[in-house]
Amino acid sequence: MNLLDILLAGSTLGGLYGLIAMGLTLQYGVARIMNLSYGEFLIAPAFLAYLGVTAWGLPPLLLLLLVLPLGFVVQWLVYQLLLTPLVRRTGAGPALEVDSILATFGLMFVVQGVMMVAFGGNYHSYSYLSTPVQVLGSTVAANRLLVLGVAIALGLGLYLLLTRTRMGTVVRAVSVAPRFAPLVGIDVRFTAALAFGLGGSMVAASGVLVSMFLPFSAAMGTMFAMKALIVVIMGGVGNLMGCLLAGMMLGFAETLVATFIDPGLTLAVNYALFLGVLLLRPTGLFGKGAR
Amino acid sequence: MTAPLLQLKGLSKRFGGLVAVNDLSFDVHAGEVVGLLGPNGSGKTTAMNLVSGALPLNAGEVRFDGRTISGLASHQIARLGVARTFQLVRVLGGMSCRDNVAAGLAFRPGGLHGSAAGRAAQQLLERVGLGAQAELPASELTYIDQKRLELARALALAPKLLLLDEWLAGLNPTELQQGIALIAALQGEGMTVLMVEHVMDAVHALCSRCVVMNSGSRIADGPTREVLSDARVIEAYLGSDDDIQEAAHA
Amino acid sequence: MSRRDCLAWGAGALALAGLATVPRWMHNDYYLSLLISVLMYSVLASAWALFSGPTRYVSLATVAFFGVGAYTTAVFGESLPWAAVLLIALGVGVAMALVVGLATLRLSGVYFVIFSFGLAELTKQLVTWWEVNITKDLGRYVFVDITAQDIYWQLLVLLALVLGLRAWIARTRLGLALRVIGEDETVAVHVGINTTRVKVLLFTLSAAFMTVAGAIMAPRWTYLDPTIAFAPAISFQTLIMALLGGAGTLFGPLLGAVPLVLLFEFLSANFPNHFAILVGLVFMVIVYAVPQGISGWLRRRKHHGGGK
Repeated sequence: MNLLDILLAGSTLGGLYGLIAMGLTLQYGVARIMNLSYGEFLIAPAFLAYLGVTAWGLPPLLLLLLVLPLGFVVQWLVYQLLLTPLVRRTGAGPALEVDSILATFGLMFVVQGVMMVAFGGNYHSYSYLSTPVQVLGSTVAANRLLVLGVAIALGLGLYLLLTRTRMGTVVRAVSVAPRFAPLVGIDVRFTAALAFGLGGSMVAASGVLVSMFLPFSAAMGTMFAMKALIVVIMGGVGNLMGCLLAGMMLGFAETLVATFIDPGLTLAVNYALFLGVLLLRPTGLFGKGAR
Repeated sequence: MTAPLLQLKGLSKRFGGLVAVNDLSFDVHAGEVVGLLGPNGSGKTTAMNLVSGALPLNAGEVRFDGRTISGLASHQIARLGVARTFQLVRVLGGMSCRDNVAAGLAFRPGGLHGSAAGRAAQQLLERVGLGAQAELPASELTYIDQKRLELARALALAPKLLLLDEWLAGLNPTELQQGIALIAALQGEGMTVLMVEHVMDAVHALCSRCVVMNSGSRIADGPTREVLSDARVIEAYLGSDDDIQEAAHA
Repeated sequence: MSRRDCLAWGAGALALAGLATVPRWMHNDYYLSLLISVLMYSVLASAWALFSGPTRYVSLATVAFFGVGAYTTAVFGESLPWAAVLLIALGVGVAMALVVGLATLRLSGVYFVIFSFGLAELTKQLVTWWEVNITKDLGRYVFVDITAQDIYWQLLVLLALVLGLRAWIARTRLGLALRVIGEDETVAVHVGINTTRVKVLLFTLSAAFMTVAGAIMAPRWTYLDPTIAFAPAISFQTLIMALLGGAGTLFGPLLGAVPLVLLFEFLSANFPNHFAILVGLVFMVIVYAVPQGISGWLRRRKHHGGGK
């Protein structure tokens, strides 16, 4: 693999990780929910895309557009039905964190169980745009380029949504100062649900993207959740740009290790990076400053 | 003159672009009650946090009882004899008042545990006027009683320096008088106190000396009466003469 | 020690002796196996509550340690005496816990939870890599000459140890430190408690028990591979049981372990494919309906009943 191959592979993976993490940073940074079931809601749309392509012959891009609102609704419902009772019970302090961890841990098991029953534990994949494309003298599968492009587009879209619209500003206000937001008339509960739903859109889109070029199985959700969490912490909670940068770091680190050391050690790389960040800069490499 | 008990030398603390404490220096001698004053946002509580080790500093040094404590962990500083109360009172709600005080007794050098701690805790509770509430869970206390409990817990550490962060805030006149009397009694026993305070009655009654901060820097340091009639201090709290004229004519 | 305490310890010792005689007269293998499961989860849930109960740092890593213990037996069980195997398992578990603890327990709870969430997966990946590339031997047969009765007794001893430890800690300064940390860590630090040291100590103790439990249980599975040894269900079930019974009290985890082991046995026998879903639902019901666990509910009823 030459440098360009690594660059492309690393940035595709990195862009994807960044996108996945953006959704989680919204859920954790705004709604203050540590959503351990996040990875399952990435795998579920992947299976949906698989069904859509193989059983109903639909184009994956169409499915991508469909899951954006669908993912929003699903996570919004999860927040309203499952998490609001906890918020009411504990307030929004550290007790909420513990309770939300437990509740979403349970949800993770349930969703994973459902997918296991429906699809079994095997790997699934479908072929989409796997034709090779020449980019700057290097050959790469078209679907990977598409993933990179879509990830960047969605990330940019989210960024613009949060910085250029009024609702986006409200979301960012709740992320920064949840206790004071009501003082300026912000309905924190509503905003939290909104942010949670937005996170759902991102993760659903990520799921479809993953299905385009990676084989996936029902049990892989945990791993994606883990990586998303690591990227969120590395980038600084609530920091969208940080997610992208940290995601890129992770994507490149994994690609380098997979190429030069051993593809079986990617999770170890994740943890090594995570450990490094925890030991040196626990508030995130980029802190809360750069938003 | 003996060396000061507490020395702040050139303390600085910044949060991103905001300089909360800027080159702050002053001394507190053993047995003094010093007021740390200043308008909101002047950096007083941040300075307290730097002394107690709750926040790491960016520059400068804190010396206590002849040794450098800046850079030590909070629990080490507590063990050296620095006790504090918090601006937003922090009591251990799920534990009884006696256990709250016992927590302060157990981990200092020469700490107490078990029945000896129980007796000492009861004494401290009576000291602050909570003797009858020893068995109550701390969460069921009134606000002023919770403040008293926090003070008892701080005293349980047998501290040489007491840091009070707006301990007298939010009290009605009767409670205020009781609170002032309590601090005065402690001073009478030789306790050294550094208190962040807004309540001027208390400052006049208790503090022989005041340090005034504004926007992170020290703008005055001297006997209370002098400091509080200093033009710069008045300006910091009320704005400049022009502002006052404008306000008067508005 | 008060008279009440003496009675409590005495009753405990009696119960222990009684339980120890069970394998002598219980000749039904199935029931013995069930009892072994109950003991195993009682140990795991109590060990979990040892750390996560007072500190409120939710550990999702139970099976990371359990699996490591099981693997120790798989690797050394044939070549070393049993005591040595258990000692090695203990050592590895402690080392692992120290690394994880020192890295994450200085910081707020959520970092620890995240770390523990993936720790089992990470350990599984590392063991897999090692087995595939270094020892070239992915699955292992566990041939250890040990009977079900032996396993039962060893688990019983382990349970007695962990319960005894919890009871003893509760009456010491360490126990007070734990309670203060659980209430408000800022206050804990300001009364002179070295919170990091306390947390690391408790976490390491907890991990030690989990690892040794895994080492003892390994012979029950004659064949082990990373997927079997590091099954997420074990972490999950431990957590549910500790929560159901109540992690704050001494016998809470047992109150949770006994009914749930039986329930899960029933579910996995009758609904093998839907097991994960059902277990997940049970868990969520517990989180929503009985947040303080059964023992917490009992305690509240006692207060309300007595205060009238």
